Amino acid sequence: MTETLPTSRKSRRVRLADGTGPVLAVLAVLLVALAFAGPAYSEPAGYLALLKRAAPLMILAIGQYFVIVSGGFDLSVGSLVTAEVVIAARLIDGDEGATVWVIPLLLVTGALVGLVNGLITTRLLVPSFIVTLGMLLVLDGAVFLWTGGSPRGALSEAFRVVGREGFEVPLLGAVPWSVLLLAALVVAAVLFMRGGTGRMLVAIGDNETSVRLGGGRVERLRTLAFVLSGVSAAIAAILLGGFAGVSAQVGDGLEFRVITAVVLGGVVLGGGRGSVVAAMAGALTLEALFSLLNLLGVAGGLESAVQGVIIIAAVAYASVGRIPFRTRRST
Amino acid sequence: MMAAAPAVATRPAQRLSRVLQPTVVVYLALVLLLIAGSILVGVRGGVLLDQGGILNILTRSTALGLVAIGQTMVILTGKLDLSVAYLIGLCSLIGAETMAGDPGMIVPAVLLTLACAAGVGLVNGLVITKLKVNAFIATLGTALVIRGYLESAYSGPAGEVPRAFQHLGYARIGPIPVSALLMVALAALAWWYLMRTKGGYHVYAVGGDEEVARFSGIRTDRTIIKVHVLCAVAAGLAGLFLASRLGSGAPWVGVDAGYDLESIAAVVLGGTLLAGGRGGVAGTIGGVLILATLDTIFDDLGVTPFFKDVVRGAVLIIAVALYARRRGVLR
Repeated sequence: MTETLPTSRKSRRVRLADGTGPVLAVLAVLLVALAFAGPAYSEPAGYLALLKRAAPLMILAIGQYFVIVSGGFDLSVGSLVTAEVVIAARLIDGDEGATVWVIPLLLVTGALVGLVNGLITTRLLVPSFIVTLGMLLVLDGAVFLWTGGSPRGALSEAFRVVGREGFEVPLLGAVPWSVLLLAALVVAAVLFMRGGTGRMLVAIGDNETSVRLGGGRVERLRTLAFVLSGVSAAIAAILLGGFAGVSAQVGDGLEFRVITAVVLGGVVLGGGRGSVVAAMAGALTLEALFSLLNLLGVAGGLESAVQGVIIIAAVAYASVGRIPFRTRRST
Repeated sequence: MMAAAPAVATRPAQRLSRVLQPTVVVYLALVLLLIAGSILVGVRGGVLLDQGGILNILTRSTALGLVAIGQTMVILTGKLDLSVAYLIGLCSLIGAETMAGDPGMIVPAVLLTLACAAGVGLVNGLVITKLKVNAFIATLGTALVIRGYLESAYSGPAGEVPRAFQHLGYARIGPIPVSALLMVALAALAWWYLMRTKGGYHVYAVGGDEEVARFSGIRTDRTIIKVHVLCAVAAGLAGLFLASRLGSGAPWVGVDAGYDLESIAAVVLGGTLLAGGRGGVAGTIGGVLILATLDTIFDDLGVTPFFKDVVRGAVLIIAVALYARRRGVLR
């Protein structure tokens, strides 16, 4: 094991330069620009608030990264986030005592939805795009069928603490809990991707057949990626529910936004390329960009137009100059 | 992986059997659905396939059918078009605003609308082929740009369609709307193009394997650009049809109906492989009719709209799982 370390470290450095470099540069520029554009960003509190806003998307980006890097799509996360928030509100219904069992239940629900996605994709050989599209429809319909059209109930104060409150730290001021949670998840994700399972996931996205011939458990690992994506959606839902409250639109469009973020981070659709840190940096970049556009007083309409141009530009930048015959099919 | 006939089938009989198989299944399913639906609605004391019912099914099918015909061609090359939903809204506005209630402006307005749509398709195609951006991202980016324009320029319905143009949406021969006949005629044209012309063979070849097609001397870039232009024009026609139904242009008419994902669902339900190279327009029309029939049955039964989504998602996943089983193809 110790002998292989130097080579693996070298290959890691190459990968860092491949996708992570540009997005980090763009992120740095945006963060500096924010400092000039708004007085709120002259001290750490402004950036902590940015992190707090970005935390749900960054956490979703971790989950989506696992799925994309192993060669799939997860379009169901947006509706899953909505479903989780609506379920939480309905079950808690303002009862503080219920928080303790509802949060684990949400995580299990997320994992279950991911498990179903993964099993149908790997065992029934349905492309993940279709599976998660179907899941999106099913979740959307089921949640509103259950709630009868509009979300009811209320979240407890304890539930909202993670998304809303913070704790005092000398020098930094109030650090939101969500930032702490985000930091923990970042460390966990990086460790996971450095371990054998994480590397295997990337390998599956790069060449599924060779991993299978090499004895890798392709089905199990791809299913695991979907489960992790489901769990990430559950965590994001807990943060968003606390931050923004109960609404039936809380997860609208999140699936495309998170895929945008991951791709912005240089992760290649079709799998096999990109790092989890870059995927999260992509999510943070997207949020920083929105904050900047907001500060500059750009209208909402232009915001999505800018988002559209930027993702095309980012992917074009990354792919022009690559081997011309490298075409990847979306599965 | 299994010995899926490696060469493009040359003998017409062979090709016919390859193309017909999933198509037959789709129409068989449609007939079964119609029978089951008639019984269910009959038990409730209604009639599914009376004049109103047929009209309802065909009218629902028309707009989705138009989009799905274009989407079929794009998917056959192994790409996707996510920009159609916003493009439909844009085209309905361009058409209605140019007409502005003046019957003399119908022809120029239609031409202008289709030209604009073709322009968007051209941009999609060029970004995908020349900038080598994944089709998912490229068309998502275009969609966001169009959305940005719609958001900043329009707050609600605009323009006015002259009465003569409204006939297009409402005129019918017996129980069959003229617009549905036009849609079927377009489908027949697309079928002829795909099955009987060199350009159509190229579409299948590119979808089967882009590299092999390129090495065989096919100008793959041209084929991909062509299908995106055709798809955008089809979306433009759908926009014009909806404008004639509504009497004016509506920015969100395509998005609210979810024509982007819905059209992909219809195509895949019709037996076309999402990865490209297999399937056809005939199956797509079957898929569209199945979705429209499901909707009509649920309306007749008075089921809540949310349950529709659940069933739709489940049908989609089950259908594609069955196709995957039948083909026994490992991805």
